[in-house]
Amino acid sequence: MSDEKKCITCPGCDGARDPKYDEVDKVIAKYRNLEGALIMILHQTQEIFGYLPEDVQRYVAKGLSIPLADVYGVTTFYSYFSLTPRGKYRIAVCMGTACYVRGAGSLVSAFEKELAVKVGGTTPDRLFTLEVSRCIGACGLAPVLTVNEDVYGNIGPERVSGILAKYRDRQ
Amino acid sequence: MERLKLTIDSTPVEVDPGSTVLDAAKKAGVHIPTLCYHPELKLEGSCRICVVEIEGLKNLAASCVYPAANGMVVRTNSEVVRKTRKSIVELLLANHPEDCLVCPRHGTCELQDLSHQLNVRKVRFKGKKREFALDESSIAVVRDPNKCILCGRCIRICENTQKVSAIGLAGRGSRAVVTTPFNRGLAEGPCVACGQCIKVCPVAALRERDASEQVWKALGNSTLHTVVQVAPAVRAALGEEFGLRPGALVTEKMVAALRKLGFNRVFDTQFGADLTVVEEGHELLHRLEKNENLPQITSCSPGWVKYAEHFFPEMLNLVSTCKSPQQMFGALVKTYYAEKFGIAARDIFHVAVMPCTAKKFEASREEMGRDGLQDVDAVITTRELAFMIKEAGIDFANLPDSEFDLPLGMSSGAGTIFGVTGGVTEAVLRSVYEIKTGKELEEVEFQAVRGFGGVREAQIPLNGMTLRVAIVNSLGQAEKILNKIKAGEASYHFIEIMGCLGGCIGGGGQPFSKDPDIKQKRASALYRQDHLKRVRKSHENPAIKELYRSFLGEPNGDKAHDLLHTHYRARPRY
Repeated sequence: MSDEKKCITCPGCDGARDPKYDEVDKVIAKYRNLEGALIMILHQTQEIFGYLPEDVQRYVAKGLSIPLADVYGVTTFYSYFSLTPRGKYRIAVCMGTACYVRGAGSLVSAFEKELAVKVGGTTPDRLFTLEVSRCIGACGLAPVLTVNEDVYGNIGPERVSGILAKYRDRQ
Repeated sequence: MERLKLTIDSTPVEVDPGSTVLDAAKKAGVHIPTLCYHPELKLEGSCRICVVEIEGLKNLAASCVYPAANGMVVRTNSEVVRKTRKSIVELLLANHPEDCLVCPRHGTCELQDLSHQLNVRKVRFKGKKREFALDESSIAVVRDPNKCILCGRCIRICENTQKVSAIGLAGRGSRAVVTTPFNRGLAEGPCVACGQCIKVCPVAALRERDASEQVWKALGNSTLHTVVQVAPAVRAALGEEFGLRPGALVTEKMVAALRKLGFNRVFDTQFGADLTVVEEGHELLHRLEKNENLPQITSCSPGWVKYAEHFFPEMLNLVSTCKSPQQMFGALVKTYYAEKFGIAARDIFHVAVMPCTAKKFEASREEMGRDGLQDVDAVITTRELAFMIKEAGIDFANLPDSEFDLPLGMSSGAGTIFGVTGGVTEAVLRSVYEIKTGKELEEVEFQAVRGFGGVREAQIPLNGMTLRVAIVNSLGQAEKILNKIKAGEASYHFIEIMGCLGGCIGGGGQPFSKDPDIKQKRASALYRQDHLKRVRKSHENPAIKELYRSFLGEPNGDKAHDLLHTHYRARPRY
């Protein structure tokens, strides 16, 4: 059995095919005949796995019969795609011009201090990943940040621990 | 369709619709510098060196991609154009390593040329130099991303011309880099080592893995008996490195130079080519008789063979089991030659000079040897040989002529034309016709198989049947024809596939050339040599006849199979 059939997300697995690949098969089948489907497929594949490990990218390339270099080019081009495991909650501080001048930098520092990780890092408990994003188009709320799908506007560093506590309680 | 009339630097010019401003400038005799543009590749327009001013247009336009239009007024050397071009070169130099003096592309570097041509005298910008690790995983091709200027020519030739896509652009902005997926290195992916990326790289970001040090060492070791073989395409190109006109045939000077370097025996790969023709011709007749494993596909191009292993493993049964001329030759050097002259195989150091980088890979394949010894110990390209000749201080252009040693230096004209697309087919036809019919071939030149089209077809009458042949050069064309065969849309008896455009004369190890007709010029050198050869059919080469009589026995016989034939394996594409 080839490598990509083996489970890669759960340590200690018996090596059976990870059922997540069945979901990827469905995504590929749905979009494969559409032009420019790769980004859409990678997007949904990332939702399935939480990130895009090497073997999964290889699986997608094979499934679409396209070069692996094409897939790798796309996954490393868009900051949305992650090649490393990410936390359950993904914090993205907007570093667009408006947010930046209104103090997004100190917001990032506050998160780095609270979580004890640098930008791009994931906490050891895999709960949070800290990222920065380009302008998300909500400049009226600057500085703004998102946690997964939730949006927080007009945030100062003093509210950082409160926001984190909310998600810690939720898990 | 109506022609477009435009003015380039006050010179009126007419071009066909669909032409670019750059095309029009060429027609008007106006030189516009280019970098990411390459005549054999898809347009990209990424480097902006070719910018021009077009009246009525607010911004400068990249002439290589900008469509020419009626009434257009173009200025190619105004102040703003000159300043912009200089700035672009300065920006490229700002994060380019400053080691020109010791760079292998010193003198052949297009960035260096541009900087010189555009009179760039200082670099106003200071950029952070990149610190990527070299990719030395492949035995044939070395990647140095620190020297890369991101023109994308390598990606385009690998993706579009060769359909391999071993490398691609990864990351974005200042972190963009041409690399293999997950930076795993060329050896892990589907790279076929054809070296076409090296051929189009304007700088030294891609280069061959230099084996000349290893060769120097062997030459300096008096306990080793050094034997060299030289491929046909080398003699049609080596002269370019020494200022001789493109297409100059330098066989005798090349032999003289190899002797001066210190090789004990100077032999000709064309002997190996003649042997390949005899073996492959008999194999074809056998397959035709049994009507199995058809079409027979040639196996002399190691880039093509590796491509087949990665991309068409289900069709490997069609590939001729014959080793390439290089490897047939190597096997004979370590057996026949060693026995005949009473030299132990382990005391022989056998070097092959090739127009090809994939030959380095081929020589390293584990099945290409016996008793723990590789048949070919080192492969150097035409370029590496030129470097060695220069390093030794040999005045190449004024060398007295010298002849190949016997017996493995004797060859036919059929062996010569192996170096050009269509040549293997023509060589095989010359022999197969006579072996099959027992009659002498009156016209040995098969014009129908000559030329440079990506795919050429011919039908050759052969003893009551019609032999359908196809000749393919470049792997992209190979992909097309193999898919057609798989789909049942095409059927042939024999297909010649060469991995590189033009065949070996356009190989990835050949001298860098900006001559647009270089392939034709090199090819005509080989056809000229064929024409002048006394023996023009491989099976009539007396040294080949003697080899079968005294050593091999029958063509395709047991000993021939053991030494001259090989097998292939599927390799992963992903």
